[in-house]
Amino acid sequence: MMAGFQYFPQTAPDIQAMLDRIGVKSLDDLYSDVPAGFLYKGEYDLPDAMTEQEVRDFFEGLAAKNPRLTVFAGAGAYDHYTPAVIPYITQRSEFLTAYIPYQCEISQGTLRYIFEYQSMICTLTGMDVSNASMYDGPTAAAEAMRMSVAQAKKKNTVLVSNTLLPQVRGVIATYARYYGVTIKEIEPYAGQTSICSLEKLMQEGDVAGVIVPSVNRFGIIEDLTGFADMIHADKALFTIYCDPSALAVVKTPAEWGADVAVGDGQPLGIPLCYGGPYVGFMACRKDYMRKLPGRIVGQTADKEERRAFVLTLQAREQHIRREKATSNICSNESLMALWVTVYLSLMGPEGMKQVNDLCWQRSHYLYSRLLETGKFQAVFPDAPFLKEFVLKPLVPASDLQKTLSDAGFFAALETEEGYVSFCVTEKRSMAQIDTLVNALKS
Amino acid sequence: MKYYDKLIFELSKEGRVGYSLPSKCDRCAGTEAIPAGLKRAEPARLPQVSELDVVRHYTNLSQMNFGVDTGFYPLGSCTMKYNPKINEEIAAMPSFAALHPLQKDLPGVQAVYDGLDKALAAITGMKHFTFKPCAGAHGELTGLMIIREYHMSRGDLKRTRIIVPDSAHGTNPASAAVCGLEIVQVKSNADGLVDVSDLKPLLDDTIAGIMMTNPNTLGLFEKDIREIAQLVHDAGGLLYYDGANMNPLIGTVRPGDMGFDVMHLNLHKSFSTPHGGGGPGSGPVGVCEKLVPYLGVNVSGFNGNFGVMLRAYAYILMLGRQNVKLCGKLATLGANYIKESLKDVYELPLPQVCKHEFVFDGLKSGTATTLDVAKRLLDYGYHAPTIYFPLLFHQAIMIEPTETESKETLDAFIDVMRRIAEESVSDPEILHNAPHDTPISRPDETAAARNPILKYWDACGC
Repeated sequence: MMAGFQYFPQTAPDIQAMLDRIGVKSLDDLYSDVPAGFLYKGEYDLPDAMTEQEVRDFFEGLAAKNPRLTVFAGAGAYDHYTPAVIPYITQRSEFLTAYIPYQCEISQGTLRYIFEYQSMICTLTGMDVSNASMYDGPTAAAEAMRMSVAQAKKKNTVLVSNTLLPQVRGVIATYARYYGVTIKEIEPYAGQTSICSLEKLMQEGDVAGVIVPSVNRFGIIEDLTGFADMIHADKALFTIYCDPSALAVVKTPAEWGADVAVGDGQPLGIPLCYGGPYVGFMACRKDYMRKLPGRIVGQTADKEERRAFVLTLQAREQHIRREKATSNICSNESLMALWVTVYLSLMGPEGMKQVNDLCWQRSHYLYSRLLETGKFQAVFPDAPFLKEFVLKPLVPASDLQKTLSDAGFFAALETEEGYVSFCVTEKRSMAQIDTLVNALKS
Repeated sequence: MKYYDKLIFELSKEGRVGYSLPSKCDRCAGTEAIPAGLKRAEPARLPQVSELDVVRHYTNLSQMNFGVDTGFYPLGSCTMKYNPKINEEIAAMPSFAALHPLQKDLPGVQAVYDGLDKALAAITGMKHFTFKPCAGAHGELTGLMIIREYHMSRGDLKRTRIIVPDSAHGTNPASAAVCGLEIVQVKSNADGLVDVSDLKPLLDDTIAGIMMTNPNTLGLFEKDIREIAQLVHDAGGLLYYDGANMNPLIGTVRPGDMGFDVMHLNLHKSFSTPHGGGGPGSGPVGVCEKLVPYLGVNVSGFNGNFGVMLRAYAYILMLGRQNVKLCGKLATLGANYIKESLKDVYELPLPQVCKHEFVFDGLKSGTATTLDVAKRLLDYGYHAPTIYFPLLFHQAIMIEPTETESKETLDAFIDVMRRIAEESVSDPEILHNAPHDTPISRPDETAAARNPILKYWDACGC
């Protein structure tokens, strides 16, 4: 064997002593049950082992190859500011290196933050019950699709608004294809989910659930008046996909009369990190508590009557239900749930309002400055938006993207209609906005 | 560990803030301009606390937690190996963390995907991987979708049944069910292995494939895998490999060589990324050459958990082709060492050589249950093994030490396990009432389920 490796503590005498206790001669003898021919004799096609410093240099070299652009794009991933406290807390190894809190007596830290997380998701969405997290927003929406069908028993169609982000519709479609659920798309009208289209699809029957966004892929805050009544008249499940940061100011899923709220927690201070890890959230009304997938933490007491927290309502979960399961989620995104819990604790109600005020102000400033350049036309001039908006470009979108990228910006993502979208968070300064606009002018 | 009783909401005081944000322009419109019908009525009931309040609160919470960095964590089938610190620094590099998922032309990112793909292919014998799945169960689902897609694309529409051994991880049948597959269970034989004679009659033209873990959840190598692969392939089915138990095979055996067509890996198990209290994980799915066209299945929002991939790649580069060969072997050595050192006091139903983990069926003597043993271990400063799984044994204790634990650590654990066995005879009450030395004692789980308090305001009734 080669000289010491820092993650393998066994010395040669250790190995020998252990083999002796087991009663075999060599490490290879521990694989005597593996049929001949399956023991890999070749050289593994891997690089030579690197030192820690070499690994650091290697990744610094890779990182340097990626252009550093200032992000004016959203489309499901939002560049909000991350307070310095958060990574310090989430990097605490007692949180970082633990696993699922199976042994609750030595996992009260994890269980308590999940309970706080569930509470915060409930107050943001207005729902009664939240689970402990999902992988991301799109998979949470796909779970809502399955939950709709599971509660409806015989009905097997779920309606999905076209104004949901493409990746949300995409993942729902994938899950539905193999789960045997029919998906129909509700058409947009003036940048919002069309209630007429919804009505028409409801009349076709077989509808188990309906999924629509609160703030949609055009950045528009949707007016969902009348949706709940129409959906509930047919006993279908009403799910709203939302941006949890925006929920600090916009009408909640509960206020719209929804049964389920889902979305991605990424806008709550999680770094973009090329798409993950993020965290999906999922909450529902009390009536559907026992249909909610994933883990749930509940409060109880120990033998000394001290407040204690445990995983509860486990009869819903995959490891109990096995082949009768309607969800297979096991590991979720616990550490990212801690991330957003710390974020929301720091921000509080006032900080969340201020973030949204800054988003509103600065995105509206960019919106009017872009229209002044003469290179865009308004698409939905009367629709209220919060931090993201679309415009119709009068030059090819790819040209815009190129110009902006050369000037150091990632912006003007093209939608399926050929519009371009921009997003402005509180992290973008007025000076950066002016620079972006000037780049387009020249 | 000290008991700390606060919830963040209880520290809240009106007017206190924990953030710093740019000032608003008072002349410009803000969210008050949102049309009245689209605004929420009341602010969310978030806490109002200072930065130090937050730091102390979560530091105190963390001190009621046990992680791999705290002590030995022999949780079976979870591969709680050490999580190298360099991985964390790599994943936090701003040049990676600041990238928007829809950005294109990122050669540094592409090199990570390509390099990790190539390394995992080398270690497993698969052709290529997709990194979209976010966890092991998510990988299982993705792999099963690929299997279904393969059959459907060939017009072979009858194949809607999947064979799952009775010893399988609970996620296997659940993943198959949500993939629209009917589960057919195959029994284990007296040696704890898939019973080939029970398998044969199940194989017909409705079988999409078989899901296997090898070594299985008893830590035993499925010796008949060559014959099983032959039988399943001859019947037109595909073989799925559940990578949760890949660790003992790293550097020794490649699933692709055994005939597996599709597999997932748990980067948070076999490849050293932290478990994070239950995620984020990453469950890349690898396939053999003929299934590469189906790898594009769209199962998550963007590009997978890139931050987790960075950590796993850093680990693999540290391992390199030299150290990789010892990884699985040392994990297997540790498991067999514990097994042989305790089999006189704990019931060992299957005595043969194990791989990275093994299963005891409770204590040999005394009235203490497996739950008692697990809880007593907490008093001695250990995380408990996986208990009451697999379901084949009523008092199952599933122990997995991993290769990152020293002989001294294993010896100390063995001593404690023996002491607990003695206590089970001399002082069984101390086991029944364990744990005694943890922040809380055994909680009332029945009350938690009967009267669910699932958020702060359920308890205070406010």
